[in-house]
Amino acid sequence: MAPIATPFFFYLLAAIMLIGGILVIMCRNAVHSALALIVTLLAQSAIYLMLYAPFVAGVQIILYAGGIMVLFLFVIMLVNIDRALKERQFNSQWWVGIIAATTLGGLFIAVYTKGKSIFPERIASVAEADNTQRVASLLYGQYMFAFEIASLLLLVAIIGAVVMAKKRI
Amino acid sequence: MNAFVQYIESYLTSNVTPGAAGNMFWASIYILIVFTGVSVGVICMNWLERKVLAHMQVRLGPMRVGPHGLLQPFADALKLLLKEDIIPARADSVIFWSAPFIVDLAAFTVFVVVPFGPQHAITDMNIGILFMLGVSSLSVLGIVMAGWASNSHYPLIGALRSSAQMVSYEVAMGFAVVSAILMTSLNATGTGTLSMIGIVEAQKAQAEWFIFKFFPLGLIAFFIFTVAMVAETNRAPFDLAEAESELTAGFHTEYSGFRWSLFFLAEYGAMMAVSSIAVTLWLGGWLRPFPNWLSGSTWDSIFSYFPGATFLFLATLCFYETARMPKHPYFRIQTIGLAVFGALLALIGLLLFVPAVSVRIQDIFWFTAKVAGFMYLYIWYRGTFPRYRFDQLMRMGWKVLLPIGLGTLILTAGVALIQQNLWRP
Repeated sequence: MAPIATPFFFYLLAAIMLIGGILVIMCRNAVHSALALIVTLLAQSAIYLMLYAPFVAGVQIILYAGGIMVLFLFVIMLVNIDRALKERQFNSQWWVGIIAATTLGGLFIAVYTKGKSIFPERIASVAEADNTQRVASLLYGQYMFAFEIASLLLLVAIIGAVVMAKKRI
Repeated sequence: MNAFVQYIESYLTSNVTPGAAGNMFWASIYILIVFTGVSVGVICMNWLERKVLAHMQVRLGPMRVGPHGLLQPFADALKLLLKEDIIPARADSVIFWSAPFIVDLAAFTVFVVVPFGPQHAITDMNIGILFMLGVSSLSVLGIVMAGWASNSHYPLIGALRSSAQMVSYEVAMGFAVVSAILMTSLNATGTGTLSMIGIVEAQKAQAEWFIFKFFPLGLIAFFIFTVAMVAETNRAPFDLAEAESELTAGFHTEYSGFRWSLFFLAEYGAMMAVSSIAVTLWLGGWLRPFPNWLSGSTWDSIFSYFPGATFLFLATLCFYETARMPKHPYFRIQTIGLAVFGALLALIGLLLFVPAVSVRIQDIFWFTAKVAGFMYLYIWYRGTFPRYRFDQLMRMGWKVLLPIGLGTLILTAGVALIQQNLWRP
């Protein structure tokens, strides 16, 4: 079977992600920003698919595009958009932004030029069929402690939300 | 040219789905067939729902357009196409315009992995069920967008209600699905699968539909899923998002004509999609009833007559109704139309008796028959149950279905562990 992971698809998805990301910060309307973010996340999940990580791609769609972003939109919809549109956009962190951008850009250029020695020559051959099982056995075996700690963190967040939302407990 | 013909023919000898064979041509053909089939199913559902609901309420339902209203869906479609397309003046036109397409995209894309048979799926992904749940959860986005972009109060409230409902019931649904997936790992190697075809194969290998597995547990998970799937698709009794008496039409109040019909198409497409998840996970997908108990070539050939017999039965009903039509000349065209429809059904039925056809068609027939049963249940719910209130709906989702689903999952895992380790024969 011919591989789907061709450079054409990578550049297409990368372009979609970049345009989506730029739109997220350029749109004045918060709802438009959130929708652009969803486009970015979907393109990202497609890139995960190209990296032979189907489980991560599926979870990305379910959790981010289908779950978290819906809640984002939910909150944004209830905000008074008209007032937010009239507000003057300001930016007083030019210097921090420029420093961060140049550092990141330098890092990218360094990785691009010296990439051959940093990264392995070719991808490790992973059987796509048992990708999910591999992820599961790593999560529940080697990284059990980190996994449980993360779930504890989520539990704390849930309890915090309930405490903040409920007047009388 | 010759290479192209060879490319097309090369798939015919293979025994896998076109996606697995990597054959673009047949994949496109399958996509066309499946999407057309779903659209035809939606047309049939439109007629059936009105007719069945009418009979449940001791009415006749559509009777004027065509014999027994058979052409009513086409008349409706024509009316919707000719209707003026209105976009509210203060609406966010881009989002308003794209929302119905997103809902439709989500509803139709899931059919890419629905297994109508061991070879009869567009493709088989190793994350099949995750893909189905993920893509169908994207339809919430379309609903939220539609409600917000209309810039009106009823759609906004409707969209908020239905998105809250869908997000909450997705959790209970997920637990039910996980407990079914867990059952796929009860084999010698101990590895389960997420692929839709693999799940049905596992049921075949274990000689048991998952609804009967670990007797009450599979049934409870199935029950949770069936309740959650009605809530997911915003259907009665959980249709409070589009409660006509309170919110006019919920999130699609401001939509008219063709755009509205896209929402209609998406709603029924999503109903079929979730029904096919339920059929795949618990009701043995394309497997015929009693594949192990009533096995052998005799039973195989008896069950292979079912598709044809069903169509012949429908044709007989048509002929019976033709005989009962009023004899007045006003009804002559309708009577002839019904007779022609019956003859068409009989022809299809006879065609399905040809062994070469029936062998290929019977997987699809059993799968579709099971999904059709669910579609009838949807209509039945709508005719029977009163609508839930919003707080009742939320209490049901979070305080009843979610704990039961969690308990079922833990119990299933426990029983599976015991069976795998202690009680291995």
